[in-house]
Amino acid sequence: MNHFTPIASLLGGLLIGLAATIVLAVHGKVAGISGIFGGLLQRGAGDRPFRLAFLGGLVGGGAILGLVAPSLLPSAAASSPPIWLVVGAGLLVGFGTRMGGGCTSGHGVCGLSRFSRRSLVATATFMLTGGVTAFLAHRLGGAS
Amino acid sequence: MSRGRETFFAALAGLVFAVGLGLAGMTQPSKVVGFLDVTGDWDPSLAFVMGGAIAVHLLAYRFLRRRGRPLFASRFQLPTRTDIDLSLVLGAAIFGVGWGLGGYCPGPALVSAGAAQRPALIFLAAMAAGMVVQHLLVRTPQPAQQTKA
Repeated sequence: MNHFTPIASLLGGLLIGLAATIVLAVHGKVAGISGIFGGLLQRGAGDRPFRLAFLGGLVGGGAILGLVAPSLLPSAAASSPPIWLVVGAGLLVGFGTRMGGGCTSGHGVCGLSRFSRRSLVATATFMLTGGVTAFLAHRLGGAS
Repeated sequence: MSRGRETFFAALAGLVFAVGLGLAGMTQPSKVVGFLDVTGDWDPSLAFVMGGAIAVHLLAYRFLRRRGRPLFASRFQLPTRTDIDLSLVLGAAIFGVGWGLGGYCPGPALVSAGAAQRPALIFLAAMAAGMVVQHLLVRTPQPAQQTKA
């Protein structure tokens, strides 16, 4: 179903690395998206202008992509999973990323780039449970 | 650093991040699930995303660390913990389950929400709720464990 896109994915990865580098170089911070977002929902986390500007760029970038390259953002009609599944997935991602102190960006990109032991363990763990879950959902969901 | 410049670069980083995620294929939940499930019709593209991002950031980190301080801020604010605790492993495990179920991690969900994708908007609201629940659990005083979920 999906095409192998090594070039586009590599280019996208380079841009992600560049974005994380801007945050590190300019602000001296980790570009961990769950942490930047979660801090807005936590009393006393601070740095609100930074958080809002970064997330604004992320959401604004999405709006631009939706206009100029809509194929990168699959239409809701093409892949609409049941709502309970989307809600459940969101709850788990929100809870888990805050409990584990990061997500794909903070642990997977920034942490691994610093050779952080915690990020290596976290990334291996969420890759593993993500893989098992995707496998089970595929089998149980009867997608094929 | 001036507030305006800080805000400008934060927004620029978010924008570049969004374009990177979109180009990489991370905003296509089916592609993400096709990467995570190695048993099916495996699509290894997303390994290239991580490889590319880490290659750039690893070099940048080494260079910046040697400078000792960020370009415009007074100091780096980087995590210093090195211990592997239950919260880290269990939290990452729970995140992975949610990622594998929906194909969204936080960044791509925000990008797709920006394009007004309905599933992403619903996902984002649920993600925020999950975060608030976790914050509430942690804030209540607890003796060295916050892992009952």
